[in-house]
Amino acid sequence: MTTNRPVFLDLWRIRLPVPGVVSILHRVSGVLMVLSIPVFTALFAQALSSPDGFAAAAAFVGNPLVKLVLLVMAWALLHHLFAGIRYLVIDLGWGVDRPTARKTAWSVLGGALFVTIVVGGMLL
Amino acid sequence: MSRRASGLKAWVVQRVTAVYLALFGTYLALAFVFAPPADHAALVDWVTGPWVMLGLLVLIPVLLAHAWVGIRDLFMDYLQPIGARVLALSLVAFLFLASGLWAVQALIVARIA
Repeated sequence: MTTNRPVFLDLWRIRLPVPGVVSILHRVSGVLMVLSIPVFTALFAQALSSPDGFAAAAAFVGNPLVKLVLLVMAWALLHHLFAGIRYLVIDLGWGVDRPTARKTAWSVLGGALFVTIVVGGMLL
Repeated sequence: MSRRASGLKAWVVQRVTAVYLALFGTYLALAFVFAPPADHAALVDWVTGPWVMLGLLVLIPVLLAHAWVGIRDLFMDYLQPIGARVLALSLVAFLFLASGLWAVQALIVARIA
């Protein structure tokens, strides 16, 4: 495909509007979760394997450094979920206009961070 | 399906799988936050109950299909050399296949043990 569209890829000078930030974080959080698939599979299989395996998995998850990673993964899941719901709603034709799209983008961004902090406070 | 609509199937798959993941994923997350299994026996009891087990068996291919469409979109956008893209997608495909089968195996072994 050949087009003459202007291309601007200077990452340090691109200023994304909030919906753009939510969009790129939707991708980042998705990649984080894809990378975690083998790790969570191993943890799941180990925890299910035997009482000893469960204890080993629980000890691994209890490690402070692992807890920090889990907090990031909790944010990734929540951001991906909230942003995903926003996209499904936009697909249905609701909230497409710019002021509403910006408001819902802020809600997704703040909501995911807020719930991450609440859940993190409960579990850590 | 016409050539111009070749991305439509992936688009639909992404949205249909998203709805299941949002619903069952939220159930799993809430169960884990508010009633985490205390020991191995509790985990096996919860996971191998007929409804949770069926839900998890459905979740595994649905989650992997969703992750596949997403990561494929990313490689199509950011990984332009075709050789590198085929290699990366092949690695992800085997990783997903192995992870999925491993999880199914763990579930079935826990159920019949």
